Amino acid sequence: MTSDCTLSLLIFSPLAAAAVASLLRSERALRVWTLLATTAIALVSLPLFWRFDAGSAAFQFAENHTWIPWLGVHYAVGVDGISLLLVLLTTIITPLCVLASWTYIKKRVREFMIALLIMETAMLGVFCALDTVLFFVFWEAMLIPMSLMIGVWGGPRKIYAALKFFIYTMAGSIMLLVAIIAMRLKTGTFSLPDTMGYAFSPGFQALIFGAFFLSFAIKVPMFPFHTWLPAAHVEAPTAGSVILASVLLKMGTYGFLRFCLPIAPLATHTFAPYVLWLSVVGILYGGFAALAQKDMKKLVAYSSVAHMGFATLGIFALNVQGLEGATLVMINHGVTTGALFIMVGMLYERIHTRDLSQAAGIGSKIPIFAAFFGVFCLSSLAFPGTNSFIGEFLVLAAGFKVSKILVICAIPGVVAAAAYMLRVLQKVAYGSEDNPDHSGVKDLNLREIATLVPLLFFVLWIGLHPEPLLRVMHTSVVHLLQQTAR
Amino acid sequence: MSSFLLAFLPELVLLAGSLGLFAVTLGENQAAKARTLALFVALAAVLGCAVSLHAHATLFDGAYRVDAFSQWLKLVISGGFTFVLLLSADLPDIRSAIKAEYYLFLALSVTGLVFLVSSIDIVALVIALELSSFPLYIMVATRREREGQRVQMESAIKYIMFGVAANGVMFFGLSYLYGLTGSTSLPVMMEKLQPIVGTPLAIAGLAMTFAGLFYKLAIFPFHFWTPDVYQGASNETAAMVASLPKLGAVAVLVRLVSLASPDNPTLVTLLSILACASMFYGNLIAMVQKDFKRLLGFSSVAHAGYALVGFTALDVAGYSASLFYITGYLLMILACFLVISRVSKDGRNLAIEELAGLHKRSPLLAVTLGVAVFALAGVPPFVGFMGKFSLLFAALGKGHTALVVLMVINSAIAVYYYLRVVKETAFGDPVDTTPICLDLPTKALCVVLIVGITVLGIAPERILATISSSLACLGIH
Repeated sequence: MTSDCTLSLLIFSPLAAAAVASLLRSERALRVWTLLATTAIALVSLPLFWRFDAGSAAFQFAENHTWIPWLGVHYAVGVDGISLLLVLLTTIITPLCVLASWTYIKKRVREFMIALLIMETAMLGVFCALDTVLFFVFWEAMLIPMSLMIGVWGGPRKIYAALKFFIYTMAGSIMLLVAIIAMRLKTGTFSLPDTMGYAFSPGFQALIFGAFFLSFAIKVPMFPFHTWLPAAHVEAPTAGSVILASVLLKMGTYGFLRFCLPIAPLATHTFAPYVLWLSVVGILYGGFAALAQKDMKKLVAYSSVAHMGFATLGIFALNVQGLEGATLVMINHGVTTGALFIMVGMLYERIHTRDLSQAAGIGSKIPIFAAFFGVFCLSSLAFPGTNSFIGEFLVLAAGFKVSKILVICAIPGVVAAAAYMLRVLQKVAYGSEDNPDHSGVKDLNLREIATLVPLLFFVLWIGLHPEPLLRVMHTSVVHLLQQTAR
Repeated sequence: MSSFLLAFLPELVLLAGSLGLFAVTLGENQAAKARTLALFVALAAVLGCAVSLHAHATLFDGAYRVDAFSQWLKLVISGGFTFVLLLSADLPDIRSAIKAEYYLFLALSVTGLVFLVSSIDIVALVIALELSSFPLYIMVATRREREGQRVQMESAIKYIMFGVAANGVMFFGLSYLYGLTGSTSLPVMMEKLQPIVGTPLAIAGLAMTFAGLFYKLAIFPFHFWTPDVYQGASNETAAMVASLPKLGAVAVLVRLVSLASPDNPTLVTLLSILACASMFYGNLIAMVQKDFKRLLGFSSVAHAGYALVGFTALDVAGYSASLFYITGYLLMILACFLVISRVSKDGRNLAIEELAGLHKRSPLLAVTLGVAVFALAGVPPFVGFMGKFSLLFAALGKGHTALVVLMVINSAIAVYYYLRVVKETAFGDPVDTTPICLDLPTKALCVVLIVGITVLGIAPERILATISSSLACLGIH
């Protein structure tokens, strides 16, 4: 295959855009430039969807260059059907983050935009990397801009949240590095595709599975490693929350798909039942914790724990439906939760609080907002016809094949999702007798509508016609299962 | 004769420079002149090292060897000397009467280090080691006395007492090795020691010999001077003590440890225990420090422990990783001390809280400190990560799994206290809002250090390959 540098172009153009942004002085120019750059990157990435050969499970658009020969590290990138979708999710979400921070970020705009762009490079790098060291470098490089984003532009307890996020993630991923080196010593290569084909001994698989699991479960985050998430989400600025929810959490589940399943298949089969139960606990815990929240952002954050529980449930069901459903849940959660965080941010800009009771009845004053909010809330509770329904349905169907009791235990979580989302929707749209005074609150402007329309499009498109996405990932998922079946 | 000149050029430049500095110090109030001359000498030494980079010679009846290994290290040491000089701009906390002498001592110590990396005879080695140490003892004591600041004398005495004791142990160990081999030349010793390297006497001799170098590197239990000297010495002196001697110590340690290679389980156990003790001791105590220099002092104990992890591999990969790590550490620690010396008014010690809001007072210094601290914490894409990665790679390659796991646990512990520094720098609100104005050399040095830390982290291939090929010419396999 001839060398194709589209992926490298995608990965490093945000970095180049950040270099240009560091030279700009005017805040307006910075916003416009970042928006243009990220939109251009999104447009460049879109054709990949059609150019991608869905009939092949091989890594496509692959590049491989020697990076550090002394250590045997390569710069190798490429995408399969699963990572392609996550790459597209990243490129599409980033310009929306710029739009969502247009008026929200008022101080140190340049630094914010640079952090956002560096983060895009790191995120795309994680999803494209086919060398374990390259993967780790991108994985860790994302920590600095993200914790700065929380710590500088965040809410009142931002420093606590930023440090907690950094320490948790760093502590989790440090074992990943040991596992990466240990694998290299067995296989003689850092290459991810080559490592996947290597038959490690069961004992070794159990050890590296443990190392992988620790770092990815913290990132997802799975119960009981989730405690950094509500703090980080609540304190982060809107764009930070969106990036966290839409892309960063996916790096954890993507890690499961890319490392745990194909590299340690025996250990995966051994530990899968326990992980499934942890997922169910996550679904229930996230759902019931969300039910008790007054702060809307915290509510959405806990709902993330529940949604990601569905993703891990699907992954460790270890069948085609489960993996496809899990990948869809990852995409859907990116779209829907991203949208909800953006909307909570918009509301915050209007009434300067995220307290649900303060927002009661605001929907009647700002009908366009209420309409969008309604769709995204319904999507979040997996209403049929919206995107989340497809993903969660596939996951539950897959889980049913593995264990009926498991799925029955997860059902209260689904009900709780309906309860907390409808409660929010009811409060915001109608409120009660004594609503706070919202006169003078302006409805969404054109920029805000433009931020939400692409997400709305995906909610409905995936909800009504998920086939194109399923077709792209199908061959890769089947191949992944073959690797895991060894 | 001309080949001698070529091979001995860096040393000649530094010797002549030191003599020149001595002449300058004879006058009164010559600080500015001495600094200019010292800078000139440093640049000339860098040039001299570059010219003689590929020189190859054995001088002085086999006591002194000029090879790729030594020349490369001399280049790094001279470069570091230039950085230290740029960093010590006006020496606010040194008594003005002896500022000129300060530069003389600095140049002498660097000269000692340059001799040290080429010495392959233990007598030459001992002399070079002492030449590099004694000026530092004096430099620590040159700090100005003032209200609430009388620790410098205590530090200097602690430093010299520990130094003399550690060196004494080292000489005692060397006498064992001499007794076993009947030679003072390291290559001969290496050959004769191979068959008996597992005997208790040889191991005792080697272990005691390491003591002097462990003292320079601040390995537990030879570290006790470190935090006190960092705190008690002026910021500029601490920058010197913290950086260049460690490179020299690692270089000599490579020569000595390779005496015991390739296989020596007892020595590996000893090195592993010392590495673990250093990492845990340094990191755990650094967590509760308030004085930034003291924090760096304890963290340097931990970093020396990391560097020692590479030695447990007892092969080229391990030695190269350690040398690479210490080279990177040089850049990171100099960046930290550059920020300290610029933020601290009139040369006082800096509490971590005083870094608050540095991003508002001087964005460039904040970025420099941020990059340095994240690099020290081992976050990619900086050199600290690449160094740790190559260390882990070398140690795990020899099956030291437990040691590697302990090392990564330590890296995770260390993140906490480095983040405290980042927290103040990037998120805190300044108590003192006066902006810090930087002169051009400082700005240039900031940029050079940031670029160096990043480039060595992204593209370490050249340096790693240079180090390992230069080790090959030492006869280490």
